[in-house]
Amino acid sequence: MSSETQLKRTPLYESHRRLGARLVEFGGWEMPVQYDGILAEHNAVRTDCGMFDISHMGEVRVSGPQALAFLNHLLTNDLAKLSIGQGQYNLMCNGRGGTVDDLYAYRIGEQEYLLIINASRIEADVPHIHVIAASMGFPTSDIQIENCSDYTGAIAVQGPRSAAVMEALSPGIATEIKRNRIAWKSLAGVNALVARTGYTGEDGFEMVIPAEATAAVWDLLLKQGAKPCGLGARDTLRTEMCYPLYGHELDEDTSAIEAGLAKFVALSKIAFVGKEHLQRQTLSGTSKTLVAFRMSGRSAPPRPHYPLAVGGKTVGEVTSGTQSPSLGVGIGMGYVPPVCATGGQVLEVEIRGKRFPAEIVAKPIYRKNG
Amino acid sequence: MNIPTDLKYTESHEWVKLSKNNETATIGLTDFAQEELTDIVYLDLPKVGDEIEATTECAVVESVKAASDIYAPLSGKVIEVNQAVLDDPALVNEDAFGKGWLFKIKLADPAELEELLSDSDYEEILSEKERPDEDEDEEK
Repeated sequence: MSSETQLKRTPLYESHRRLGARLVEFGGWEMPVQYDGILAEHNAVRTDCGMFDISHMGEVRVSGPQALAFLNHLLTNDLAKLSIGQGQYNLMCNGRGGTVDDLYAYRIGEQEYLLIINASRIEADVPHIHVIAASMGFPTSDIQIENCSDYTGAIAVQGPRSAAVMEALSPGIATEIKRNRIAWKSLAGVNALVARTGYTGEDGFEMVIPAEATAAVWDLLLKQGAKPCGLGARDTLRTEMCYPLYGHELDEDTSAIEAGLAKFVALSKIAFVGKEHLQRQTLSGTSKTLVAFRMSGRSAPPRPHYPLAVGGKTVGEVTSGTQSPSLGVGIGMGYVPPVCATGGQVLEVEIRGKRFPAEIVAKPIYRKNG
Repeated sequence: MNIPTDLKYTESHEWVKLSKNNETATIGLTDFAQEELTDIVYLDLPKVGDEIEATTECAVVESVKAASDIYAPLSGKVIEVNQAVLDDPALVNEDAFGKGWLFKIKLADPAELEELLSDSDYEEILSEKERPDEDEDEEK
């Protein structure tokens, strides 16, 4: 019990208990894994509207005259391309080209950026960010770095009806905030940053809200019929879309190139942390590459760490796997040697000592309208 | 929580329905188990003819989220497997004590029956599990 008392709770903890959520530990936080059931929640997001407590995620604000130069050195994508109010996916590398975290960076002002980082990586990311900043030798007045995670809540609203739900809270919001954009809006009487982004493959919004007002926004969304969804559905939805999850597809020993995320790596930038390694991997290839697969027939769902084999020989392992609620079949991702990584290649997934056939498929595994 | 009085139970949340002469037993998962497991999507059951041994893993039930072992309540030879539940594992969620039965065995050692729990013993175990949740945190 002593370890449980140390778990952090989000501003929505009481709401989750009232809604009968099943709570589990995730990245040091006590989070809802499900309310009604993973399948019902998954389907609500695919067909209607669901919402997630993502308050556990970290928020770091970087501002000042050198913020852009600094972030372009810290992160893989080219932040110079961002207009005010625009966001982009990024990776943050260590000096070996491995991944410290994957994150979303938004430009929220002329010289001001917001980074949304993984809950489980806040403690690794924040010191890393400071070390890189110090290494660049800018005067401290030129870059301000603020970790806002502890006093910030966040909610994701996802699904085809999420635009209508958000319109009810803030008329005009869905026409004003387009895909990958972010803006300050008044929600439940407080200023919140609202982005048109998500982790499900559906249209949706992610809101960063002062902690004390997060429950009020959640209640307004409940009234609009957004279905509370837990981490279980969040995982099946993102796996169908082949979105990486830190600790599964990405870690300190795995690069963006190996993970198939080259389009978020701007090798055209003069320099950034990890660039030499990512450039070499781009030119000379890698020893492993991330593939998506679906089971060819009925089998138990693939799970993380199950071995992947080709022609009877183990070549890698599953990083994420589940029964796809949308497709009704086992799906997953895993690392294999590039020579095995062609579409249609037959893989075998070893489940409790038995091998079951699977086929490598294009990402994402799930596509709307087939 | 539904706990039929004509069944025997295990601490690991299996139920056992005995034939009149205690020669064969039908085995399934309790309502409590299916609710804890949530949406069941796959079952790995023993085959007809397999010998299973009391208190050891004999089957696996898979929800969207995780794989969990099912323990044999009794020793014996598997004589029938519920094909309907293999085809549609959600039957366990919908009707754990009925259409969601898993398999039947011929008992090897009727003396093992004494180790099983009555419905009231099982109810007692469940109420002990639930009590700490009421004012404090749910167990992980």
